[in-house]
Amino acid sequence: MTTPDILVLGAPFDPEEEARRLRRTGAGAVVTFTGQVRSDGDASLRLVLEHCPGLTEKEISAFAASACERWPLEALVIRHRVGDLFPGEAIVFVGAAAAHRRAAFEAADFVMDYLKSAAPFWKREIDGRGARWIEPRSEDRRDLARWRAHT
Amino acid sequence: MARAVRLRFYGRLREAAGGAERQVALPEHVQTADELVAWIAGGDGALGEALARPSVKVAAGETIIPRDADIRQAAEIAFLPPFSGG
Repeated sequence: MTTPDILVLGAPFDPEEEARRLRRTGAGAVVTFTGQVRSDGDASLRLVLEHCPGLTEKEISAFAASACERWPLEALVIRHRVGDLFPGEAIVFVGAAAAHRRAAFEAADFVMDYLKSAAPFWKREIDGRGARWIEPRSEDRRDLARWRAHT
Repeated sequence: MARAVRLRFYGRLREAAGGAERQVALPEHVQTADELVAWIAGGDGALGEALARPSVKVAAGETIIPRDADIRQAAEIAFLPPFSGG
């Protein structure tokens, strides 16, 4: 079974380089997703992401391993930023490579739904008006729950 | 005999605790995560209440543990508020 490649990073990373490396595997299907910080029209906005070193990587690894059991993947790459993030910066990257497209699409979608709603990160949004802790939206939780409905 | 344990607080619990970590000397009768929270509440009622919420998870080292788990071997206990996701 494929071993997921997971990094939680304190400094910017290049999603293009990650995608290029995945394409070089020669897999028939490569699906990549990059999440970026939205500006929402406020240039002063930034996000501060916190994680629990060791535990966060371990929890993500366990979930990613379940994706590798569920779909026949040739590679699964996860990159997640922590620290201060500004509009336009890449916050998360998920890339899945498989022989055929369905597995790659579904595995990337599944992993993103987990990362958005249930991964051990704590997120604060800071703008001109102050700082707020951000919780997953109910939509994010529903997105993750739909994978359970089909098992 | 009291034992030295490092407590770590994440997210909004760090604000409730007034810092990311605390070094404490736990008395021998504190054997589970629940008992640790009760012991903390004895010195800081507001923090104890925040840590007692069922949505707060407790970790020993890199592993999330149940509230009634034995923590006598743990050198570090972390309190994790509800996860934001990324």
